[in-house]
Amino acid sequence: MSDLATHGAHPQGFAHQFEDIEQQRDAGRLGMWVFLVTEILFFGGMFTSYTIYRALHLESFVQGSHQLIVKFGATNTAVLILSSLTMALAIRAAQTGKKKGQIIFWLILTMILGAAFIGIKLRFEWYRDYTEGLIPGVHWFYNGPHAPGVKMFMCFYFFMTGLHAIHMVVGLGLLTVLVIMTARNKFSAEYYSPLEISGLYWHFVDIVWIFLFPLLYLIGGRY
Amino acid sequence: MSDHTEQSGHAGHIVPVSTYLFVFLALMVGTALTTWIAYIDLGRWNTVVALTIAVIKMVLVVLFFMHVKYATGLTRVVILAGFFWLGIMITLSCSDELTRGWEIVPQGWNMIVPIVARLF
Repeated sequence: MSDLATHGAHPQGFAHQFEDIEQQRDAGRLGMWVFLVTEILFFGGMFTSYTIYRALHLESFVQGSHQLIVKFGATNTAVLILSSLTMALAIRAAQTGKKKGQIIFWLILTMILGAAFIGIKLRFEWYRDYTEGLIPGVHWFYNGPHAPGVKMFMCFYFFMTGLHAIHMVVGLGLLTVLVIMTARNKFSAEYYSPLEISGLYWHFVDIVWIFLFPLLYLIGGRY
Repeated sequence: MSDHTEQSGHAGHIVPVSTYLFVFLALMVGTALTTWIAYIDLGRWNTVVALTIAVIKMVLVVLFFMHVKYATGLTRVVILAGFFWLGIMITLSCSDELTRGWEIVPQGWNMIVPIVARLF
């Protein structure tokens, strides 16, 4: 912190190994994207095995998909997209040098929407799956058509949505840290990289759900 | 860099609120469209349409919400490489797993294996 006093000409948060603040921001974005590429391949492994098993057992996957309730999946998609918008607006508020109250407002709104997503998932979907006996290995008494294949589909469903939900919880943790950092005046119109790269993460988690929704809820149509 | 406005010189590229709102609306329409189309029987095209809409939504999020439209070439190459590798993983895994039943093992190999085994 004493550095800041002696190098008053530099914007807050500027690290001296960079030529200028824009280069520092680009480096941060690049680093985050390298991490997100590992995340793409991490989730990609699940999407790959999902694709193969779906091709091998399509009828079972259709049957399994019809155990899920579309309206909750669609609602949650909308909630997440809205939270992406509020996240983008939080970053924009920082970029345009708005008062910290405005940044915190958008961040908290993002957190509320993220929590609503998890709440809907838990209360109206996973809890119902439990009472209906649709959780393999925990509470399972589905004995309709294609029972073994439906079991496999539900395994995919819980692993994929579970991994996604864990990412949401991590995102909520990041947002909590961001709210505290904003309240402590850590950001300015020049320095907002933590906001921006956390935003990248949040949008990435949104994109994963954009694919999970049609792949899990809408297989084989609902007609 | 040349398209930087005076406003964005210091704070990186600032996307107008109207763009964010437009992208948000497009994403909502995409979600509604995906859900609606799932209730119409298109045969195997249902999956194709659902995934096409999902990819369009992803591109919108990546370009505008994630600011990749304004990112450096290096960042874009890293992102494209990520998706390219995802493509390799999916394509090669499927080409293995889904073609296993296509042909029976040629008789010749069954006869050669014990012969080769005897050599060692």
